[in-house]
Amino acid sequence: MRLTAHEQAMLDGRHGAAASDALRYQIEVGRFWGAGRFVPITNAHMMGDIEVMGDAGLDWLRGACEKRAHCSIPITTNARCIDFAFAERLGQDPAEATKERTIIRLLREMNVVTTDTCINYQTIYQPHLGEHVAWGDTGTVIYANSVFGARSNFEAGPAAFAAALTGRTPEYGFHLDEHRKGTLVVRLSAQLDDLADWGAVGKIVGERHQNYFAVPVFAGMRRAPNSDELKHLGAALASYGSMAMFHMVGVTPEAPSLERALGGNRPVDEIVIDDAALERVYAGYDLRDRSASLVVFSGPQLSLLEMKSLGGMFRGRKLHPGTHAFVTTSHGVKSAARELGYLQDLEAAGATVLEGVCFYILQNLSQMRVRNGWTNMISNSAKIVNIIGAHRFNTILRRTRDCVEIACTGRLQ
Amino acid sequence: MTAPLATILVARACGPAVEGEAVLSSEGFSPRYDLDRWSGVITKPGHKLEGTNIRDKILFFPTAKGGIAAGWAFFDIKHKGIAPRALVFGVTNPVMVQGAVFADLTITEGWSPHPAEVLHTGDWVRVDPARKVIELLRRA
Repeated sequence: MRLTAHEQAMLDGRHGAAASDALRYQIEVGRFWGAGRFVPITNAHMMGDIEVMGDAGLDWLRGACEKRAHCSIPITTNARCIDFAFAERLGQDPAEATKERTIIRLLREMNVVTTDTCINYQTIYQPHLGEHVAWGDTGTVIYANSVFGARSNFEAGPAAFAAALTGRTPEYGFHLDEHRKGTLVVRLSAQLDDLADWGAVGKIVGERHQNYFAVPVFAGMRRAPNSDELKHLGAALASYGSMAMFHMVGVTPEAPSLERALGGNRPVDEIVIDDAALERVYAGYDLRDRSASLVVFSGPQLSLLEMKSLGGMFRGRKLHPGTHAFVTTSHGVKSAARELGYLQDLEAAGATVLEGVCFYILQNLSQMRVRNGWTNMISNSAKIVNIIGAHRFNTILRRTRDCVEIACTGRLQ
Repeated sequence: MTAPLATILVARACGPAVEGEAVLSSEGFSPRYDLDRWSGVITKPGHKLEGTNIRDKILFFPTAKGGIAAGWAFFDIKHKGIAPRALVFGVTNPVMVQGAVFADLTITEGWSPHPAEVLHTGDWVRVDPARKVIELLRRA
């Protein structure tokens, strides 16, 4: 990789040992992908919680802090694994909770803004067209690339952190024009009235094209989706297909027309998604013992408008005895939802509303599943239905209103 | 050193040269979605390798699934002593590479010929990133 004089000085240790280590690591990653140089970034977003980092990651973070690592550009944190107000009630390990607090302290010492949200793009920072950033989780990346026209690869925790230390990231993948052109076409003739429907679209397309460099172009929608619908579509594409970008003709900034979105590429596939295709998705789940004891609204965290809508559906109702319903959102959204009364609607029904976390990464989740006798997990999030498998849940995607009905009646159909 | 029984060329590679027992999967992989990161066993119900322990194996996956978690997860499982020796992908994503580099695990992408044409699970192979080759050393 070609280095500027500034980057060479950084590599030589003139900006501290932590920045030098970070740049060396980034060079190795860049070399793998054939990056020719670095590109400056303005914002980073990192995953860093004890569930995924483990003791080794925590020790590494301590080491970085001892080397006086200091992030040079704004960096925020993704959802974490413990909401401290609920840790005891959920049976989470107190020793792990202490470690989680240590991680938060260390990150703050290194100039990280611990926002604990996977919807930074809705609540914290909206990069503009062409702006280079270094984001993870995957849902944040696909939203940045697709909806804002910003430029990011999937950046894992250590990679986003390194990018914030050095203020740059290797130029490969979605930082380059050549990878941002559409590679396949998806015609949407289905009604798509629910968040789960948009997630189901992501599942259909993502399962068929598991490829980071596949870029679907959506066309023919009956209406333009809103931010939360785009969020569920993107999160599902990223989850099922490991995809980092999509276009939507007339909706996303790099797709004024189908031709422009394809940029001269001949599509490798053309998919039509109609109402029947969506119904096949919903009919495709094994209901096992028909247990309806766990309903989850999470992954990604809910926006304020989702909280309002969901609160309205639960208003005046009660969870079926023995059923648990979980909602996760950011600190800021939960606070606003409390002010506006949406939180009270959810809590009065018996739902547990967690902040700063996502359900699938909760510390001790497997043990929680066993202790509560949960078998099925029902959700309106196609992403979480896909991602939670290692914890041995049987997962079922249902529309939002159906999820509420299942939670309140205990009947799974 | 005896001549390899078969050779696979890879497009991109990094990490140390390693040898180990091959495990071939027809399904993709994510350490978050599929792996119990405390035992090293693939636990996702229905995964093509469900029940397989990945410790010290050379893993062949057609694709990468998801997911940001690999960045920390490979480092974590390496320090728990349950990491594979190498990850061999048909198509991978940046997170797998960022995670493998961070944990000093060997990783490759792109293959010719397809491993299933020349290898079986249980065969002993060597992955050499510097030469961008995977060599079959012993049949199972």
